[in-house]
Formats: sequence, structure tokens, C-alpha cells
Amino acid sequence: MQKATIQLETLTCPSCLQKIENAVKSLTGIEKESLKVLFNSSKVKLNFDDQKISINEIENAIKKLGYVVKKSQVKAQ
Amino acid sequence: MQRFILGKKNFITIISAILIITAFTSKLAFDNIDIFVWLLAIASILGVLPIAIQAYQALKVKVVSIDVLVTIAVIGAFVIKNYEESAIVTFLFLFGAFLEQRTLNKTRSAIKELTEMAPENALKLMENGEFEEVEVDEVDVGDVLLVKTGAKVPVDGTVLTGEGHINEASITGESVPVNKKQDSGVYAGTILENGTIQIRADRVGEDTTFGKIIELVEEAQDSKSEAERFIDRFSKYYTPIVLLLAIIVWLISRDIELAITILVLGCPGALVIGVPVSNVAGIGNGARHGILLKGSEVIQDFSRVDTIVFDKTGTLTIGNPKVAETEVYVDNVDEVLGYLASVESESDHPLANAIVEHIGKTKIYPVENTNVVKGGGIVAYVEGQRVAVGNVSLMEQENVTLNEKVRADITRFEENGNSLVLTSINGILQLLIGIRDQIRPGVKAELQRLKKLGVKNLVVLSGDNQSTVDLVAKELGLTEAHGHMLPEDKANRIDELQRKGHIVAFVGDGVNDSPSLALAKIGIAMGSGTDVAIETSDVVLMNSDIGRLPHALGLTKATANNMRQNIFIAVGVVLVLLASVFFSEWMNMSIGMLVHEASILVVILNGMRLLRYRLSGKNRKI
Repeated sequence: MQKATIQLETLTCPSCLQKIENAVKSLTGIEKESLKVLFNSSKVKLNFDDQKISINEIENAIKKLGYVVKKSQVKAQ
Repeated sequence: MQRFILGKKNFITIISAILIITAFTSKLAFDNIDIFVWLLAIASILGVLPIAIQAYQALKVKVVSIDVLVTIAVIGAFVIKNYEESAIVTFLFLFGAFLEQRTLNKTRSAIKELTEMAPENALKLMENGEFEEVEVDEVDVGDVLLVKTGAKVPVDGTVLTGEGHINEASITGESVPVNKKQDSGVYAGTILENGTIQIRADRVGEDTTFGKIIELVEEAQDSKSEAERFIDRFSKYYTPIVLLLAIIVWLISRDIELAITILVLGCPGALVIGVPVSNVAGIGNGARHGILLKGSEVIQDFSRVDTIVFDKTGTLTIGNPKVAETEVYVDNVDEVLGYLASVESESDHPLANAIVEHIGKTKIYPVENTNVVKGGGIVAYVEGQRVAVGNVSLMEQENVTLNEKVRADITRFEENGNSLVLTSINGILQLLIGIRDQIRPGVKAELQRLKKLGVKNLVVLSGDNQSTVDLVAKELGLTEAHGHMLPEDKANRIDELQRKGHIVAFVGDGVNDSPSLALAKIGIAMGSGTDVAIETSDVVLMNSDIGRLPHALGLTKATANNMRQNIFIAVGVVLVLLASVFFSEWMNMSIGMLVHEASILVVILNGMRLLRYRLSGKNRKI
């Protein structure tokens, strides 16, 4: 399991959270309970299985919604 | 293409504004309806593009977002050829979003300032023996790092070589630089003001004290109270319900105009954004003043506190005992004081320090055969004479006779809250000294402020002796004071208070009081953020100044109020808008959108007031 923290550009609408949450949840290899989308700090935190999915794929899922990914940090757990 | 359009949102907003203005000018000044209609149609199409893209993306992940409602409404207006409405609504929606982003950034600025204090680079000792600049993420535990004057300490570590002064304000809130030399601990995020040091990395990244503080604050600003979770659940169903309502109204009344107006008016914006905005601004204000509040639940609880328990008298006193009273039983005072000062200079006991400080400059004699009696004092020889300095039981061991006058003095000194130090020479009593702690300057006023803020009970549970505690309690007007308390006694007492229905905040240093910190509704850790304190408490006061406490309490009250105001504004606006659709003539889509966007800005601006919050009647610098 890898722990990722993805920093997005400032989120302004709370419904963005729902969009990002649903989009990331639908990916395979994500630990669903660990997924947290933080509104004020504009961050996505989650654990994922790097055998099944890469951080780039997760980033792309968010980018496709139209949000800018500033940087992400991945740490082995 | 989608991303391109979204990226140009601000540009589109400006174009759309220009188009709308030109359209109205051509209609009003030149009476040209054709151009008017065309321009507005173009503005509508252009303006709805980014909104529609966002709506489409939301629907793809099964979310009925505000974008969906607005897109349908705009398309509806377009279909019935009401270009005026469709253009103005899209413009207002885009412009509103732009203003929201700008103002939201402001409310978040306080916390951002804090996180931006995190170190980014480090000078790391490489294998070739040279220091190279690397990103702080690349530093591992055990690495040797160089910190130059003016640089941030990148990690928590230990000084290997060098010396300097470090400003630890980011950790302790104390801006007086601290001297660091070999083997001193240094903290990430602190600044080396002078000197150069080499350090060994002990803790890196999120494990450092600073990393933990940042993580705590970041989680806190997004933590949700019960009320917020309710709003969240509610808003998940709210937007689809509005959509459904609009469809039903359309089916029944066959009035597209009415249906799309409902779509716009039903947007929940201010409701979902109101509470998080107050939360982030309140927590941000706290962080700026060295007060870490762990989330909105804590804010709600703390704002209702009626009992504050202090863990020791030391929080309220200077913690620096001073000689308060002296009784002399002999004539050759100067000689005795010289002996006493000489013996006490051998010790670093706080009472001994107080005595040495009190006596000041005097003749110092050589001291021989110093013997520290545990729980008693010191026995030593000065110029061949046996000098004993200590408490009553030491005097008894030394077979010193204490006559009636002396015993009466002892009782009086104890009643006044003194610790006693007696001095005998060759078994004959010379001096009785009473030493006690002083109340911290300003504490009385701070406690008064707490009372004004609605705290009814101020309690001290202390390990000190009862007379010391009583004295402090009397001087400060505390409601309750217990001495001789062990940590578990404190926890029991807190439990008792809470069972009586009090909302208790416990102020402790977090080292040996974690049970009480955890048990009290609000655990407040004081002093430089030790890890235990940060983890078990609900509120962390970054330095040990209790002057922050009234600010913290006032701030949580203001924040809780602010949230209530925002919920009230948001709900009120939606109700008024929906009611006026059905009962008034003047309501239309554009006015609805205007009021709606205005209400969002109002709640954000209202939240922003918290950033400037200061306790009134407080003129000292905080």
C-alpha cells in the first residue's frame, strides 16, 4: 500500500469534493475508506495499491474533471 | 479542449461582461434590438460552455452539482428565447465563482502562511564529503546537514558541531532566540539567526514537531462537526430534489420560465460554504496567535465551556520562588548570611537559588564536606562549623531546639503559603526563611476576562501543599482549589465535575496529565508543543502564556456564532427566494442568481471577519 497526498489548485465549490470523491472512488486499486478530499487545504489523501494503479492514473482521473494537480507525494506504508 | 475552456474561465467572464454591456448600450442608446439579441445569444453560449463542461463531468461521476442546475436553466432560457436571462445568469454565475475563489483564498490565508513556513531545502553531506542542496524530502534520518545563518532548520535534529542562536517562534511562539550548541536539540521550521551549525537528522518530514503541527492544523480546518456532516448529507440529496421539483413544476404548469427559475433559485451555495468558511477563518486566526484548535467540533464544545481546571499552581504563578519573609534569632546576621549563601551556592535546588538571589553580594566562605540529606536539606562545614540548612525534619535530625516563639513563627509562615528553610550552626537555630511563589503578572486580569466570557468555575487541582494552593486561590478569586492531588485524583475530580453537567476544559502541560487531558471535554495543552500534548489535547497553546486562553475562548465563541449566522443567512436566502417565486411578480432568474451569488459572498465576508478577531478590551500585544 502506498499513501498519497495530492495537492490541488484551490478548491472553491464544495460540490467539487463530491465529484473528485466519486471519480477517485470508482478507480480500482484505491482503498476507499482512506480517501479524504479536504476542501480548505485543497488536498486529496488516499491509500492505493501500486500493483494495480499508478499515481499518474489517479492524477489523471482528477485532471479529467478539470482540476489542476499541483504536486503529489507518495510514501510507502 | 475542455481543459482549455476551463482554463480560460476568467477570460470568458470578461468577454461575456463586455458583450452584455454592448448589447444593452445598443438597445438603450440606438434602439437596435437585433444586435441586442445576437450579442446576448453569443454571451450565453460562450458563458455556458465552462459551466456545461463541469456539469457534464459531474454527471459522469453521478453527481448532480450546481453546474447541472445552472446549465439546464440556461439551456431552458435559451430555448424559450429569453437571451437576456441566459446571458446575465451565466455571467453572474461565472463572476460569482471568480469572487468566491478570491475571497476564499483570503479566509485561508492565515493557515497558508503557517504551512509556507515549512522548510523546503537542506544542505546535505554527500558521499564526496561536500554539502549539496537537496529537497527536504530527500533527507533521511541520520543524514548530516549544514545550517547557515538565516536559514531554516530543515528537520528535527541534534547539533553535532557549531553554535548559534535559533528563533523558535514557529514551534514555541517565543521569539527570543535560544542558544544552541553541541548536543542541543533543534526543530524543523525554526530559524538560525546567527552562527553556523551541523546537525544530525533525527526526525524528518511529517514526523517532525513542525510537520505534526501543520498536519494537525490542516486536518482541523477540514474536520467536520455533526451539523456540517448533516448539511453535507442534506446537500447530496438537495440538488437532485431541486431538479425534480423543477421538472414537476414544469409538467404541471407547462411554464418553462417558472421551472428554470426554480432551478437557479434552489442552488445551495451559501449553505454548503458558510460553515467551512467560518471554520477555516477561526482556526486560521488561532494559528496566527499560537492557538491550535483541533477542528470545528472542538470550537463548538469550547465555546460552551463553563468550568476551567488548571493542573497546577505553576500555571498561575511565576514558577520562580522568592524569599518572602525572614525571622532572625541571632545578632551576627551578616556572618550567618555569608555562611548560608556559601552553603546554598553548592546546590541548584530552586529554594537554594531563591536564597542566594535574596542575599545577593556577600562574603563567600569555602565549604567542606557537603552532604545533601534527601528530603531534608544540606549539611556542610564552613570554617570548621557545622552548618545545616533545610526543613523542620532536618533540624530535628540535627537535634536543634525549636522554642515556642520559633514554632509560632513556623506556623505563621506556613499559613502564609511559604516553604520553610531553617538554618542552624552547630545545632543552634539562626534563621527562619519563608519562600513562596509569586502570582504571574496579568493572570488576575486574564482570569477576570475568562469570567466575563461566561466561565463560572475556575478550579486549581495541584500537587502542591494545600496552604500554597489556598493562598493562590484566595489571591486570584478561584472558585475551587485542591492541593496534594495525584494525576488520578485530578482525573477523578474532572469526571465528577462533568457528571454534574459542567463542560470542563482542563489546562495542563501534557506530560503527566494525559488522562485528565483526554477525559475533560476540552483538553488544553500548554507550553512548547510536546508530541504527547499535541496528540491527546483538543487545543494547544503554543507557549506557556495563559494570556492566550481568553483569546482562545473568545475566538471559539465568535467562530461558533459566525457559523450560526452563516447558516441563518443561507437558509433564510433560499427560503425567501423560493417563496418569492410563487408569491411575487418581480422574481426572475437573473435576480435570483444575483441574490444567490451575493449571499455566498456575504457568508464568506462574514467568515473573513474572524481573521481580524481580537478580544475587546485587550490592549496588550498578542
